[in-house]
Amino acid sequence: MTQTASGVQAGQATGAYIACPECDLLQQEVILPPRGVALCQRCKSELYHHTPHGLDRTLAFAMCGLVLYLLANFFPLLDLVLNGTDNSSTLYGAVLALYHEDLLPLAALVFFTTILVPGAEIMCYLYLLLPLRFGRRAPGFKTVFRLIQTMHPWGMIEVLMLGVLVAVVKLAAVATVTPGIALWAAAALMIMFSALAQSFNPRDVWAFVEPQGPEQA
Amino acid sequence: MKKYSAAAVVAARDGLTAAQSGLLSCHACGLLSAAPKQNVDARQAVCCPRCGSTLHARKPDSIKRTWAFLMAAYILYIPANMLPIMVTSELFSLPQSDTIMSGIVYLWLNGNWPLALLVFFASIVIPLLKLVALTVLAISVQRKSNWQPHQRAALYRFVDLVGRWSMLDIYVATLLVALVQFKSFALVQIGPGAVAFGAVVVLTLLAANSFDPRYIWDFVKNDKQRAR
Repeated sequence: MTQTASGVQAGQATGAYIACPECDLLQQEVILPPRGVALCQRCKSELYHHTPHGLDRTLAFAMCGLVLYLLANFFPLLDLVLNGTDNSSTLYGAVLALYHEDLLPLAALVFFTTILVPGAEIMCYLYLLLPLRFGRRAPGFKTVFRLIQTMHPWGMIEVLMLGVLVAVVKLAAVATVTPGIALWAAAALMIMFSALAQSFNPRDVWAFVEPQGPEQA
Repeated sequence: MKKYSAAAVVAARDGLTAAQSGLLSCHACGLLSAAPKQNVDARQAVCCPRCGSTLHARKPDSIKRTWAFLMAAYILYIPANMLPIMVTSELFSLPQSDTIMSGIVYLWLNGNWPLALLVFFASIVIPLLKLVALTVLAISVQRKSNWQPHQRAALYRFVDLVGRWSMLDIYVATLLVALVQFKSFALVQIGPGAVAFGAVVVLTLLAANSFDPRYIWDFVKNDKQRAR
Protein backbone atom coordinates (compact mmCIF):
# COMPACT_ATOMS: atom_id res chain seq x y z
CA MET A 1 0.00 0.00 0.00
CA THR A 2 1.73 3.10 -1.21
CA GLN A 3 0.71 6.65 -1.59
CA THR A 4 2.32 10.00 -2.03
CA ALA A 5 2.51 12.42 0.83
CA SER A 6 -0.07 14.59 -0.83
CA GLY A 7 -2.42 11.61 -1.43
CA VAL A 8 -5.99 12.82 -1.34
CA GLN A 9 -7.90 9.55 -1.09
CA ALA A 10 -6.57 7.78 1.97
CA GLY A 11 -4.45 10.28 3.81
CA GLN A 12 -5.78 13.35 5.49
CA ALA A 13 -3.29 16.18 5.72
CA THR A 14 -2.29 17.02 9.28
CA GLY A 15 -1.26 20.59 8.56
CA ALA A 16 2.29 19.83 9.68
CA TYR A 17 5.10 20.00 7.16
CA ILE A 18 7.98 17.66 6.55
CA ALA A 19 11.08 18.09 4.38
CA CYS A 20 12.18 15.13 2.25
CA PRO A 21 15.51 13.92 3.65
CA GLU A 22 16.81 13.25 0.13
CA CYS A 23 15.61 16.27 -1.86
CA ASP A 24 14.55 18.78 0.81
CA LEU A 25 11.13 19.43 -0.73
CA LEU A 26 8.58 20.61 1.80
CA GLN A 27 5.29 18.78 1.80
CA GLN A 28 2.36 18.31 4.12
CA GLU A 29 2.30 15.27 6.33
CA VAL A 30 -0.60 12.89 5.89
CA ILE A 31 -2.12 10.34 8.23
CA LEU A 32 -1.24 6.92 6.90
CA PRO A 33 -3.39 3.79 6.90
CA PRO A 34 -1.85 0.81 8.74
CA ARG A 35 1.29 -0.37 6.94
CA GLY A 36 1.14 2.63 4.61
CA VAL A 37 4.25 4.30 3.27
CA ALA A 38 4.55 8.01 2.54
CA LEU A 39 6.73 8.80 -0.47
CA CYS A 40 8.20 12.10 -1.50
CA GLN A 41 6.17 13.72 -4.29
CA ARG A 42 9.28 14.67 -6.20
CA CYS A 43 12.04 12.12 -5.73
CA LYS A 44 9.88 9.17 -4.54
CA SER A 45 12.10 8.34 -1.60
CA GLU A 46 10.42 7.10 1.55
CA LEU A 47 9.47 9.86 4.00
CA TYR A 48 8.02 7.68 6.74
CA HIS A 49 5.96 4.56 7.13
CA HIS A 50 3.38 3.39 9.57
CA THR A 51 3.65 0.12 11.47
CA PRO A 52 0.84 -0.71 13.88
CA HIS A 53 2.22 -0.83 17.44
CA GLY A 54 5.62 0.01 15.99
CA LEU A 55 7.33 0.69 19.30
CA ASP A 56 6.05 -2.50 20.97
CA ARG A 57 7.11 -4.53 17.97
CA THR A 58 10.54 -2.94 17.97
CA LEU A 59 10.95 -3.75 21.65
CA ALA A 60 9.90 -7.38 21.08
CA PHE A 61 12.29 -7.76 18.13
CA ALA A 62 15.11 -6.19 20.13
CA MET A 63 14.60 -8.62 23.04
CA CYS A 64 14.56 -11.56 20.67
CA GLY A 65 17.58 -10.05 18.93
CA LEU A 66 19.51 -9.91 22.22
CA VAL A 67 19.05 -13.66 22.79
CA LEU A 68 20.07 -14.45 19.22
CA TYR A 69 23.04 -12.08 19.46
CA LEU A 70 24.34 -13.91 22.56
CA LEU A 71 23.91 -17.28 20.84
CA ALA A 72 25.61 -15.99 17.70
CA ASN A 73 28.61 -14.76 19.66
CA PHE A 74 29.23 -17.49 22.22
CA PHE A 75 28.77 -20.58 20.07
CA PRO A 76 30.94 -21.79 17.20
CA LEU A 77 30.02 -20.44 13.79
CA LEU A 78 31.53 -23.21 11.70
CA ASP A 79 33.27 -26.47 12.39
CA LEU A 80 35.86 -27.76 9.97
CA VAL A 81 37.43 -31.21 9.78
CA LEU A 82 40.57 -31.31 7.67
CA ASN A 83 43.08 -34.17 7.55
CA GLY A 84 41.84 -35.41 10.90
CA THR A 85 42.18 -32.09 12.71
CA ASP A 86 39.05 -30.48 13.95
CA ASN A 87 38.79 -26.69 13.99
CA SER A 88 35.86 -24.63 15.06
CA SER A 89 35.69 -20.92 15.38
CA THR A 90 33.37 -18.41 16.97
CA LEU A 91 32.93 -14.99 15.41
CA TYR A 92 35.17 -13.48 18.04
CA GLY A 93 37.70 -16.27 17.45
CA ALA A 94 37.82 -15.28 13.80
CA VAL A 95 38.56 -11.68 14.76
CA LEU A 96 41.31 -12.91 17.12
CA ALA A 97 42.82 -15.00 14.33
CA LEU A 98 43.14 -11.86 12.22
CA TYR A 99 44.68 -10.05 15.15
CA HIS A 100 47.27 -12.81 15.61
CA GLU A 101 48.13 -12.52 11.92
CA ASP A 102 49.10 -8.91 12.64
CA LEU A 103 46.16 -7.57 10.70
CA LEU A 104 44.91 -5.15 13.30
CA PRO A 105 43.03 -2.84 10.86
CA LEU A 106 41.07 -5.74 9.38
CA ALA A 107 40.45 -7.29 12.80
CA ALA A 108 39.11 -3.94 14.00
CA LEU A 109 36.92 -3.55 10.91
CA VAL A 110 35.38 -7.01 11.27
CA PHE A 111 34.93 -6.58 15.02
CA PHE A 112 33.28 -3.20 14.57
CA THR A 113 30.84 -4.18 11.80
CA THR A 114 29.79 -7.64 12.98
CA ILE A 115 30.15 -7.63 16.78
CA LEU A 116 30.28 -4.13 18.24
CA VAL A 117 27.70 -2.25 16.16
CA PRO A 118 25.01 -4.98 16.06
CA GLY A 119 25.32 -5.52 19.81
CA ALA A 120 25.32 -1.82 20.60
CA GLU A 121 22.33 -1.26 18.33
CA ILE A 122 20.26 -3.89 20.16
CA MET A 123 21.28 -2.50 23.54
CA CYS A 124 20.35 1.02 22.44
CA TYR A 125 16.88 -0.09 21.34
CA LEU A 126 16.35 -1.83 24.67
CA TYR A 127 17.67 1.16 26.59
CA LEU A 128 15.31 3.52 24.79
CA LEU A 129 12.19 1.43 24.60
CA LEU A 130 12.11 -0.70 27.75
CA PRO A 131 11.81 2.26 30.18
CA LEU A 132 9.46 3.94 27.70
CA ARG A 133 7.15 0.92 27.93
CA PHE A 134 6.76 1.73 31.62
CA GLY A 135 6.25 5.40 30.98
CA ARG A 136 9.77 6.60 31.80
CA ARG A 137 12.43 8.33 29.78
CA ALA A 138 15.88 6.85 30.29
CA PRO A 139 18.68 9.33 31.11
CA GLY A 140 20.51 10.36 27.95
CA PHE A 141 17.44 9.49 25.85
CA LYS A 142 18.27 11.98 23.10
CA THR A 143 21.90 10.90 22.85
CA VAL A 144 20.99 7.21 22.54
CA PHE A 145 18.30 8.06 19.96
CA ARG A 146 20.89 9.85 17.83
CA LEU A 147 23.41 7.06 18.37
CA ILE A 148 21.02 4.52 16.80
CA GLN A 149 20.74 6.64 13.65
CA THR A 150 24.50 7.09 13.40
CA MET A 151 25.37 3.44 13.97
CA HIS A 152 22.76 1.88 11.78
CA PRO A 153 24.59 1.84 8.41
CA TRP A 154 27.65 0.16 9.96
CA GLY A 155 26.05 -3.05 11.15
CA MET A 156 26.67 -5.67 8.47
CA ILE A 157 25.35 -9.00 9.79
CA GLU A 158 23.63 -9.75 6.48
CA VAL A 159 26.86 -9.35 4.52
CA LEU A 160 28.62 -11.58 7.06
CA MET A 161 25.99 -14.27 6.46
CA LEU A 162 26.67 -14.23 2.73
CA GLY A 163 30.38 -14.36 3.55
CA VAL A 164 29.85 -17.47 5.68
CA LEU A 165 27.95 -19.05 2.80
CA VAL A 166 30.76 -18.34 0.35
CA ALA A 167 33.37 -19.64 2.81
CA VAL A 168 31.38 -22.85 3.31
CA VAL A 169 31.12 -23.48 -0.42
CA LYS A 170 34.83 -22.78 -0.91
CA LEU A 171 35.87 -25.08 1.94
CA ALA A 172 33.41 -27.85 1.14
CA ALA A 173 35.67 -28.82 -1.77
CA VAL A 174 38.60 -29.70 0.51
CA ALA A 175 37.17 -30.39 3.95
CA THR A 176 34.08 -31.32 5.91
CA VAL A 177 32.27 -28.22 7.11
CA THR A 178 29.47 -28.32 9.67
CA PRO A 179 27.46 -25.22 10.50
CA GLY A 180 27.37 -24.45 14.22
CA ILE A 181 24.63 -23.09 16.47
CA ALA A 182 25.89 -19.55 15.98
CA LEU A 183 25.35 -19.75 12.23
CA TRP A 184 21.62 -20.42 12.65
CA ALA A 185 21.41 -17.78 15.37
CA ALA A 186 23.15 -15.23 13.14
CA ALA A 187 20.79 -16.05 10.26
CA ALA A 188 17.81 -15.44 12.53
CA LEU A 189 19.50 -12.30 13.87
CA MET A 190 19.81 -10.99 10.32
CA ILE A 191 16.04 -11.36 9.85
CA MET A 192 15.49 -9.73 13.23
CA PHE A 193 17.54 -6.71 12.17
CA SER A 194 15.48 -6.15 9.04
CA ALA A 195 12.32 -6.52 11.14
CA LEU A 196 13.73 -3.94 13.56
CA ALA A 197 14.43 -1.48 10.78
CA GLN A 198 10.94 -2.01 9.39
CA SER A 199 9.09 -1.57 12.69
CA PHE A 200 11.10 1.28 14.18
CA ASN A 201 9.92 4.73 13.20
CA PRO A 202 11.76 7.67 14.74
CA ARG A 203 8.50 9.62 14.41
CA ASP A 204 6.64 7.18 16.66
CA VAL A 205 9.19 7.69 19.41
CA TRP A 206 8.70 11.43 19.46
CA ALA A 207 4.94 11.26 19.01
CA PHE A 208 4.89 9.01 22.08
CA VAL A 209 7.37 10.98 24.17
CA GLU A 210 6.25 14.49 23.32
CA PRO A 211 2.72 14.45 21.92
CA GLN A 212 2.62 18.22 22.38
CA GLY A 213 5.93 18.89 20.67
CA PRO A 214 9.22 19.78 22.35
CA GLU A 215 9.42 22.12 25.28
CA GLN A 216 10.42 25.47 23.90
CA ALA A 217 13.87 26.36 25.11
CA MET B 1 -1.82 22.66 16.18
CA LYS B 2 1.42 21.07 17.33
CA LYS B 3 3.65 23.58 19.00
CA TYR B 4 6.79 22.61 17.11
CA SER B 5 5.21 22.83 13.70
CA ALA B 6 3.91 26.35 14.09
CA ALA B 7 7.04 28.03 12.80
CA ALA B 8 7.25 25.58 9.94
CA VAL B 9 3.71 26.16 8.75
CA VAL B 10 4.18 29.91 8.55
CA ALA B 11 7.23 29.63 6.34
CA ALA B 12 6.39 26.48 4.37
CA ARG B 13 4.98 26.66 0.87
CA ASP B 14 4.30 23.72 -1.35
CA GLY B 15 6.90 23.39 -4.06
CA LEU B 16 9.69 25.01 -2.06
CA THR B 17 12.52 23.28 -0.29
CA ALA B 18 13.19 23.66 3.41
CA ALA B 19 16.39 25.56 2.64
CA GLN B 20 14.53 28.02 0.40
CA SER B 21 12.01 28.65 3.17
CA GLY B 22 14.67 29.29 5.79
CA LEU B 23 13.97 26.00 7.56
CA LEU B 24 16.29 23.28 8.74
CA SER B 25 15.18 19.67 8.87
CA CYS B 26 16.72 17.37 11.44
CA HIS B 27 18.47 14.36 9.88
CA ALA B 28 17.83 12.20 12.94
CA CYS B 29 14.21 12.93 13.92
CA GLY B 30 12.82 14.83 10.94
CA LEU B 31 11.66 17.90 12.88
CA LEU B 32 11.62 21.18 10.96
CA SER B 33 12.87 24.22 12.77
CA ALA B 34 13.39 27.79 11.71
CA ALA B 35 16.99 28.64 10.78
CA PRO B 36 18.54 31.42 12.89
CA LYS B 37 17.64 34.85 11.56
CA GLN B 38 21.10 36.32 11.02
CA ASN B 39 23.29 35.07 8.25
CA VAL B 40 25.01 32.56 10.48
CA ASP B 41 28.24 31.01 9.34
CA ALA B 42 27.66 27.42 8.25
CA ARG B 43 30.05 26.02 10.81
CA GLN B 44 28.18 27.38 13.78
CA ALA B 45 26.22 24.62 15.49
CA VAL B 46 22.45 24.90 15.67
CA CYS B 47 20.81 22.07 17.59
CA CYS B 48 17.50 20.37 16.98
CA PRO B 49 15.11 21.46 19.77
CA ARG B 50 13.65 17.96 19.92
CA CYS B 51 16.49 15.45 19.72
CA GLY B 52 19.58 17.64 20.03
CA SER B 53 21.28 16.72 16.73
CA THR B 54 23.35 19.36 15.05
CA LEU B 55 21.30 20.93 12.26
CA HIS B 56 22.65 21.76 8.82
CA ALA B 57 20.83 22.98 5.74
CA ARG B 58 23.19 20.66 3.81
CA LYS B 59 25.80 18.25 5.14
CA PRO B 60 28.86 20.36 6.08
CA ASP B 61 31.59 20.41 3.40
CA SER B 62 29.69 17.65 1.65
CA ILE B 63 31.39 17.84 -1.75
CA LYS B 64 34.89 18.45 -0.38
CA ARG B 65 34.62 15.46 1.94
CA THR B 66 33.17 13.27 -0.80
CA TRP B 67 36.11 14.16 -3.06
CA ALA B 68 38.65 13.54 -0.30
CA PHE B 69 37.28 10.07 0.45
CA LEU B 70 36.94 9.30 -3.26
CA MET B 71 40.54 10.30 -4.03
CA ALA B 72 41.84 8.14 -1.19
CA ALA B 73 39.67 5.26 -2.41
CA TYR B 74 40.93 5.63 -6.01
CA ILE B 75 44.54 5.51 -4.84
CA LEU B 76 44.02 2.45 -2.66
CA TYR B 77 41.99 0.77 -5.39
CA ILE B 78 45.25 0.03 -7.23
CA PRO B 79 47.02 -1.98 -4.48
CA ALA B 80 43.69 -3.56 -3.56
CA ASN B 81 43.53 -5.13 -7.00
CA MET B 82 47.23 -5.69 -7.72
CA LEU B 83 48.39 -7.21 -4.42
CA PRO B 84 47.38 -10.69 -3.28
CA ILE B 85 44.50 -10.80 -0.85
CA MET B 86 44.92 -14.44 0.09
CA VAL B 87 47.93 -16.75 0.24
CA THR B 88 47.12 -20.43 0.58
CA SER B 89 49.80 -23.00 1.39
CA GLU B 90 49.98 -26.81 1.18
CA LEU B 91 46.22 -27.25 1.43
CA PHE B 92 45.63 -26.78 -2.26
CA SER B 93 48.78 -28.72 -3.17
CA LEU B 94 50.83 -25.68 -4.27
CA PRO B 95 51.39 -22.45 -2.40
CA GLN B 96 49.25 -20.04 -4.30
CA SER B 97 48.71 -16.35 -3.91
CA ASP B 98 45.52 -14.84 -5.23
CA THR B 99 44.52 -11.32 -6.08
CA ILE B 100 40.82 -10.56 -6.11
CA MET B 101 40.56 -11.17 -9.85
CA SER B 102 42.69 -14.33 -9.95
CA GLY B 103 40.62 -15.74 -7.09
CA ILE B 104 37.50 -15.22 -9.17
CA VAL B 105 39.13 -16.79 -12.23
CA TYR B 106 40.18 -19.76 -10.07
CA LEU B 107 36.58 -20.25 -8.93
CA TRP B 108 35.29 -19.91 -12.50
CA LEU B 109 37.76 -22.44 -13.94
CA ASN B 110 36.86 -24.91 -11.21
CA GLY B 111 33.29 -24.86 -12.41
CA ASN B 112 31.98 -22.88 -9.48
CA TRP B 113 30.58 -20.12 -11.65
CA PRO B 114 27.65 -19.02 -9.43
CA LEU B 115 30.13 -18.27 -6.66
CA ALA B 116 32.55 -16.67 -9.12
CA LEU B 117 29.78 -14.35 -10.33
CA LEU B 118 28.75 -13.46 -6.79
CA VAL B 119 32.28 -12.56 -5.75
CA PHE B 120 32.81 -10.72 -9.06
CA PHE B 121 29.82 -8.49 -8.38
CA ALA B 122 30.62 -7.90 -4.71
CA SER B 123 34.36 -7.28 -5.12
CA ILE B 124 34.80 -5.83 -8.61
CA VAL B 125 31.52 -4.41 -9.93
CA ILE B 126 30.17 -2.75 -6.77
CA PRO B 127 33.37 -0.92 -5.70
CA LEU B 128 33.99 0.29 -9.27
CA LEU B 129 30.35 1.30 -9.68
CA LYS B 130 30.50 3.24 -6.42
CA LEU B 131 33.66 5.08 -7.40
CA VAL B 132 32.34 6.02 -10.84
CA ALA B 133 28.81 6.86 -9.66
CA LEU B 134 29.97 9.08 -6.81
CA THR B 135 32.45 10.83 -9.12
CA VAL B 136 29.67 11.53 -11.63
CA LEU B 137 27.37 12.77 -8.86
CA ALA B 138 30.04 15.00 -7.32
CA ILE B 139 30.98 16.52 -10.70
CA SER B 140 27.35 17.09 -11.70
CA VAL B 141 26.65 18.87 -8.41
CA GLN B 142 29.78 20.99 -8.70
CA ARG B 143 28.78 22.04 -12.22
CA LYS B 144 25.34 22.95 -10.82
CA SER B 145 23.85 20.66 -13.40
CA ASN B 146 20.10 20.12 -13.63
CA TRP B 147 20.51 17.07 -15.82
CA GLN B 148 18.24 14.09 -15.09
CA PRO B 149 17.67 14.65 -11.36
CA HIS B 150 15.44 11.59 -11.03
CA GLN B 151 18.07 9.34 -12.56
CA ARG B 152 20.82 10.79 -10.41
CA ALA B 153 18.71 10.44 -7.24
CA ALA B 154 18.04 6.81 -8.15
CA LEU B 155 21.76 6.28 -8.77
CA TYR B 156 22.62 7.66 -5.34
CA ARG B 157 19.98 5.50 -3.67
CA PHE B 158 21.34 2.42 -5.46
CA VAL B 159 24.92 3.19 -4.45
CA ASP B 160 23.79 3.66 -0.87
CA LEU B 161 21.90 0.36 -0.96
CA VAL B 162 24.51 -1.97 -2.48
CA GLY B 163 27.69 -0.40 -1.08
CA ARG B 164 27.89 -2.54 2.03
CA TRP B 165 27.93 -5.82 0.06
CA SER B 166 31.50 -5.32 -1.09
CA MET B 167 32.60 -6.22 2.46
CA LEU B 168 31.89 -9.81 1.41
CA ASP B 169 35.47 -10.73 0.51
CA ILE B 170 36.80 -9.40 3.82
CA TYR B 171 34.45 -11.67 5.76
CA VAL B 172 35.24 -14.69 3.58
CA ALA B 173 38.97 -14.17 4.10
CA THR B 174 38.47 -13.74 7.86
CA LEU B 175 36.58 -17.01 8.14
CA LEU B 176 39.10 -18.92 6.02
CA VAL B 177 42.02 -17.72 8.14
CA ALA B 178 40.21 -18.64 11.36
CA LEU B 179 39.13 -22.09 10.21
CA VAL B 180 41.90 -23.42 8.03
CA GLN B 181 44.59 -23.83 10.65
CA PHE B 182 46.89 -26.71 11.45
CA LYS B 183 48.07 -26.77 15.07
CA SER B 184 47.38 -23.05 15.23
CA PHE B 185 49.48 -22.47 12.13
CA ALA B 186 47.37 -20.72 9.56
CA LEU B 187 47.36 -22.49 6.21
CA VAL B 188 45.53 -19.56 4.70
CA GLN B 189 47.06 -16.16 5.14
CA ILE B 190 45.71 -12.78 4.28
CA GLY B 191 47.80 -10.72 1.90
CA PRO B 192 48.38 -6.97 1.94
CA GLY B 193 45.77 -6.49 -0.80
CA ALA B 194 42.99 -7.31 1.68
CA VAL B 195 43.90 -4.39 3.94
CA ALA B 196 43.86 -2.03 0.96
CA PHE B 197 40.58 -3.52 -0.24
CA GLY B 198 39.01 -3.11 3.22
CA ALA B 199 40.13 0.52 3.19
CA VAL B 200 38.57 1.06 -0.27
CA VAL B 201 35.25 -0.33 0.97
CA VAL B 202 35.24 1.83 4.10
CA LEU B 203 36.33 4.94 2.18
CA THR B 204 33.61 4.55 -0.45
CA LEU B 205 31.05 4.05 2.31
CA LEU B 206 32.27 7.26 3.93
CA ALA B 207 32.20 9.06 0.58
CA ALA B 208 28.60 7.99 -0.04
CA ASN B 209 27.78 9.04 3.50
CA SER B 210 29.21 12.52 3.12
CA PHE B 211 27.53 13.21 -0.22
CA ASP B 212 24.32 15.16 0.29
CA PRO B 213 21.68 14.06 -2.27
CA ARG B 214 19.74 17.28 -1.69
CA TYR B 215 22.32 19.09 -3.82
CA ILE B 216 21.06 17.10 -6.82
CA TRP B 217 17.77 18.97 -6.58
CA ASP B 218 19.07 22.37 -5.61
CA PHE B 219 19.84 23.39 -9.18
CA VAL B 220 16.73 22.00 -10.81
CA LYS B 221 14.94 25.04 -12.19
CA ASN B 222 12.29 23.51 -14.40
CA ASP B 223 9.00 23.44 -12.52
CA LYS B 224 7.90 20.30 -14.28
CA GLN B 225 10.84 18.45 -12.78
CA ARG B 226 10.46 20.23 -9.49
CA ALA B 227 7.09 18.80 -8.47
CA ARG B 228 5.32 16.27 -10.58
